[in-house]
Amino acid sequence: METPQLSSLYQQLILEHYRNPRNKAELEEKTVEIHMANPVCGDEIRLQLRIEGTRIEDVKFLGSGCSISQASVSMMTVRLKGSNLDQADELAKRFTDMMHGDESAAKEKSLGDLRALQGVSKFPVRIKCALLGFDALQEALKKEAGVVEEGPT
Amino acid sequence: MSIEDFDPIRIRKDFPALDQTVHGRPLAYLDNAATSQKPRAVLDVLSEYYEKDNANVHRGIHELSRRATVAFEAAREKVASWINASSAAECVWTRGTTEAINLVATAWGLDHVSEGDEILISVMEHHSNIVPWQLLAARTGATLKYIEIDDEGRLVLDGLEALLTERTKIVSISDVSNSLGTINPVKTIVDASRAVGAIVMVDGAQGIVHTKVDVQDLGCDFYAFGGHKMCGPTGVGVLWGRLELLEAMAPFQGGGEMIQIVGRDKSSWAAVPHKFEAGTPNIAGAIGLGAAVDYLSKIGTKAISIHENELMAYAMEQLSLIPGLRIFGPSSLDDRSAVISFTMGDAHPHDISTILDTEGVAIRAGHHCAQLVMKHFGVPATARASFYLYSTREDVDRLVKGLDQVAVIFS
Ligand SMILES: Cc1ncc(COP(=O)(O)O)c(C=O)c1O
Repeated sequence: METPQLSSLYQQLILEHYRNPRNKAELEEKTVEIHMANPVCGDEIRLQLRIEGTRIEDVKFLGSGCSISQASVSMMTVRLKGSNLDQADELAKRFTDMMHGDESAAKEKSLGDLRALQGVSKFPVRIKCALLGFDALQEALKKEAGVVEEGPT
Repeated sequence: MSIEDFDPIRIRKDFPALDQTVHGRPLAYLDNAATSQKPRAVLDVLSEYYEKDNANVHRGIHELSRRATVAFEAAREKVASWINASSAAECVWTRGTTEAINLVATAWGLDHVSEGDEILISVMEHHSNIVPWQLLAARTGATLKYIEIDDEGRLVLDGLEALLTERTKIVSISDVSNSLGTINPVKTIVDASRAVGAIVMVDGAQGIVHTKVDVQDLGCDFYAFGGHKMCGPTGVGVLWGRLELLEAMAPFQGGGEMIQIVGRDKSSWAAVPHKFEAGTPNIAGAIGLGAAVDYLSKIGTKAISIHENELMAYAMEQLSLIPGLRIFGPSSLDDRSAVISFTMGDAHPHDISTILDTEGVAIRAGHHCAQLVMKHFGVPATARASFYLYSTREDVDRLVKGLDQVAVIFS
């Protein structure tokens, strides 16, 4: 296998989010919470959202793990705040595409700081770390959809 | 081989997997506590078996079946004398350490442990020496109790007499910790457990690799280990048990090989060890483990452990010079096997491992199947470098150089 470049993985922006994570706190008045762990390595997060109607009013997280998992969640929360559920779903899809090597996804402005994580796609064993937060998000969206479907219309 | 003749550089030539480059750098394999590499002598025996003698064991009259059976049972004899068992019948082939512990927790446990009884293990155990006992406790209503560990990762044995009661049915403890490298005083624990009439099981997954094991001298009742950390193949291990205990136990799994006569409603069992070996066993694996025992016997456990101790002294000294590096486990090398668990500043162990990997240095990062240990030290994970007979000072230097790189990235 070609040797991947460490410099593409450990970008300053990633280390900066790792050390100063955004939105890392307990969310008061959350409407949905997902606990997600990677049992292989012990990375762990609790993603908390306050969803009103179809809009994500607020989002925070708690947890611990490697620089990639923690930076990824931090960047994700920044993008999520104020977006609607469809946009959140699209963000998760595009980010996952980028992790699986889709170059066009990596150019999308909607991903914001998350584009700095493109280099992770060259480190197959670390892709799971980057996806931890998005896996939690997709769980949360599923749960939310379930609530909507089951509720009276 | 005499101790003076021991030469890791020459030994490395016996291990084909060590001779490769990873990401353009020569491989420095420092993940031996997870699994060891295999010498040519073992690989040859495996392919020779499949090329010439492959047949099912204890089931055929034909020549190939005879040869396979002879080799399979000869491997059992080798393993038995390697650990000084009184007879080969005391050595049951299993899939590995994990299955050996589950065998005891199930076949012995369900018949001897009941509500209100106690099972004693320790906080430093591998998950495979915790979860089977949790399952047994849940099934029987027994209580699972723990020996705590101190800040250097040693068992706290001051209160051992208080932890052991007449309700303690079994004590299960590792002789060497995989996450910290701590060497435990098994004999002390055996003596104290005997005093209350408890059975003692030893998880020897790591101990068998680094120390000379004499099960009779240890005085325990069961000893479990696997082949893959001691130059043998994966998927094969051994449960050693005292003959009278094994004979009195019910079977673990049912199937071919383990029966004497099968009736419509009831069957009778084969003699030990076959009673515990239902189904076609890992024949090649067992024969390969026998070859690993031959290989290690030729080199000598003593020479290997002297080499590992020298290397550990060097590694501990070099690593302790790195700013921000915290080493877990006993500070005294006498209480420590060839494992160094560490963290470094705010660089997460996964990040350390990824950075080292690009330098061709293979270490383990994570909780090492010892989440209770991680919790004790208040860390989510550690990085772990572990050494074996073929490890060299150069490997240690490569590790240190890789850690310099970690310091640069996480500066
Ligand atoms: C102390 C200890 N116990 C048990 C095990 C489990 O061994 P296996 O997974 O080979 O069954 C290991 C290996 O990881 C170990 O280090």
